[in-house]
Amino acid sequence: MKPQTNHRWLLFLLRNISIILFTAIFVSFSLFNERFASLRNFENIILSAADVGIIAIGMTFVLLTGGIDLSVGAIMYITGAVVALMLESGWGMVLAISCGILAGTLWGCFNAFLISRVKIIPFMVTLGTLTAGRGIGLLITQSRHISVPNEMRFGATRIFGLVPIPIVVFALMVIVAVVILKYTTFGRQIYAMGNDVEAAKKAGLDTTRLTALVYIISGFCAAVASVISISQVGSVSASFGEGTEFQAIAASVLGGTSLFGGLGNVFPGTVIGILLIQMIQNGLIFMRVDLYLQEMVKALVILFAVFVDAQRVALVKRLERRNIRLEKRPFRAPETKKVEHVIWQ
Amino acid sequence: MHDFILQFCEINKSFFGVKVLKNVSVDIPRGHVVGLIGENGAGKSTLMNILGGVVPFDSGKMLLDGQEYAPQNPAEAARMGIAFIHQELNLFNNLSIAENFFISDFPKLGKTPFIDPNRMRRKAQEFLEQVNLNVSPDTKVEKLSPGERQLVEVAKALSQDARIIIFDEPTTSLTARETDRLFDLIERLKSEGKTIIYISHILRDVLRLADEIVVLRDGEVVKTGKKRAFNIQTMISSMVGRYLGTLYPERTSKPGNEIALEIRHLSKAGIIHDINFSLHKGEILGIFGLMGSGRSELAQIIFGLDTHDSGEIIVNGSPRNHRTPLKSIQQNIAFVTENRREEGLLMTSTVADNMGLVALPRYLMSFAGIIRQSPLVEAIRHTVSSLHIKVSDPFKDQAKGLSGGNQQKVVLGKWLLNSPSILIVDEPTRGVDVGAKYEIYSIINEIAAKGAAVLFISSELEELLGVCDRILVMGFGEILGIFTREEFNRERILQTAFREGGQ
Repeated sequence: MKPQTNHRWLLFLLRNISIILFTAIFVSFSLFNERFASLRNFENIILSAADVGIIAIGMTFVLLTGGIDLSVGAIMYITGAVVALMLESGWGMVLAISCGILAGTLWGCFNAFLISRVKIIPFMVTLGTLTAGRGIGLLITQSRHISVPNEMRFGATRIFGLVPIPIVVFALMVIVAVVILKYTTFGRQIYAMGNDVEAAKKAGLDTTRLTALVYIISGFCAAVASVISISQVGSVSASFGEGTEFQAIAASVLGGTSLFGGLGNVFPGTVIGILLIQMIQNGLIFMRVDLYLQEMVKALVILFAVFVDAQRVALVKRLERRNIRLEKRPFRAPETKKVEHVIWQ
Repeated sequence: MHDFILQFCEINKSFFGVKVLKNVSVDIPRGHVVGLIGENGAGKSTLMNILGGVVPFDSGKMLLDGQEYAPQNPAEAARMGIAFIHQELNLFNNLSIAENFFISDFPKLGKTPFIDPNRMRRKAQEFLEQVNLNVSPDTKVEKLSPGERQLVEVAKALSQDARIIIFDEPTTSLTARETDRLFDLIERLKSEGKTIIYISHILRDVLRLADEIVVLRDGEVVKTGKKRAFNIQTMISSMVGRYLGTLYPERTSKPGNEIALEIRHLSKAGIIHDINFSLHKGEILGIFGLMGSGRSELAQIIFGLDTHDSGEIIVNGSPRNHRTPLKSIQQNIAFVTENRREEGLLMTSTVADNMGLVALPRYLMSFAGIIRQSPLVEAIRHTVSSLHIKVSDPFKDQAKGLSGGNQQKVVLGKWLLNSPSILIVDEPTRGVDVGAKYEIYSIINEIAAKGAAVLFISSELEELLGVCDRILVMGFGEILGIFTREEFNRERILQTAFREGGQ
């Protein structure tokens, strides 16, 4: 019985690793610097996590099916380029934002088509569309650094003077995602498909459609994140959105989403994941850690998370392994018993 | 005149040129339990896969309630009221029981697109009660025991309004109590008018449950009839019923006295228990067991693909307990896996590349580790011709283009290039036609004649009777008996494996 209980403990630890890490890191940073634990700093963390957080929501949908989307940074750039260029040539803000989001979502549709219809593996497709997407962005902006007018810089504006717009958008996206994943057929089918594609097909699910939809959602999320990011940064440069795919994937995985599909959630999972990453970044600044060391520390934490994920999947698999011997069955009964009994008890 | 819910009329099916079903005609009466028995590879699963829409048939027709029926996919079969409960269950472990029931069609909140969790739970509860499973419909499937999962599958079939329920070896992972529970349930389903097709190797269970019994052998229906026309002996003889001798090559050599492989008290919790045997040089030792008896798992532990908890593995006189596949290969142990397509071959590589794989280190120059091409090419050509592998150009043709028998010969050839001293073969003739089977037996014979020790794992008893010096019977992860060639007796071995010795 002993190894069983050990496993259960370990499993509990592994399942809640993100919340445990979150608390541990929060407490230790607070011990180093009391200003770290202030409400103001906390708001700051969420504010700077909003854009990548929104991408991580879309990424969670993709990862749940067992796929991956590396093109989200490029989608951010395409959307950013369209928005910035339209604003530069005098179009209205609402139209510019709408066209930008449409462009980003269309890029997601392109991913969806190649992955679900042409059946190329997601890793290669999105690696390709990442490069091509950046290329399109560079082409239409001529790699210029474009500043946007003041009306577009609404990143610091507070709704009802209370909550900054990026946090509101992030929160809304989280709520919608949670409802979709938990309370719609589409959401539950994503989990089913991520658990076992073949079984999903046998159960009559339209896996092609499900696959397509998650990449479109991921594209849409990246496009919205792009708009939020512009509203905070105030400009679009050639490196806009670079490296966000890594942070978004890391946030999902840190939050407990499995890279193998079928396991994970947006809230609390991914939200904790992105806040954790942002908190580490923020805390390292507070601790005045060498700027060049910060990236390394961040990367180490993320690799640790992926390691834990692999362990967890392997462990769950081991625990679920079907036993051949049913130790409970007393088939070596004493000979005095009736034979009938010995065999079929 | 009977009321048949389902009729198979002259169904034919071939896989890769091998006929697995030949003019199969079976009538399934409504509201009965029909037991379907036959050896592995007799065509039971294929016939049921056709019914369940998993594979299409080549010719013939099926009538469901008198209407022609040809399902394109499992979903269509499910809509027609056919539920197939596979040996490997088809449940999503990460979802709740209720979600598993309704995954393709959730109950909604009015006209909104949102799931109505309460209604879903209530409906799921109803079906769980019908199978007497007393757990919350919100429980995740991963938390359930194999027996409970089985009941969930049945409940799911009921929730989809199934009229015909197919059980494929449902009891292999169930405890005795869970099995009884399942049987009570099957009886009740029958009394409610459902039709049940029950496939099992456990003949006693079939006799207990079935009204009608259908025996398949080599893709043909050899016997059908009411239960009272059968007993265990007649079931076994009609399943097997083939003359031995001509199908197997003569054993020309005798096993030696030297021990090549000795297993002492080998155990792994939940998998195998206290396995003891020794394998002599030049001997062919058969391991017979039903699916899930632990035979393949034992082979994997010996080869180093899995670990063991206690006991000893002694190779050529020295204990070798910390095993890995690489060490095994270095100790000249060869392992032909039961899963040729996924584990045994690189399907998209050429025949030659596949064959060179294991023995490659033997053909390296002593410096720089570069492959000496010409001796390797020569060796591959030699093996291809000596094993009679039918391939036009082993250096150009991909492995996937070959027939099953030739693919298996490529796998054997791969290991032969490394001149193994111990050869473990797991189901080497599965999916292979009769002619190629004979050739494979001959190859194994020759290897043994050259002094190698062979461990021959199979669920086809006859081939073991035909080629082995001794047969070891496994079941429930244990050795249930060992038979030497003089003691070979089909019925007794089967009874040992089926644990029906007490009859």
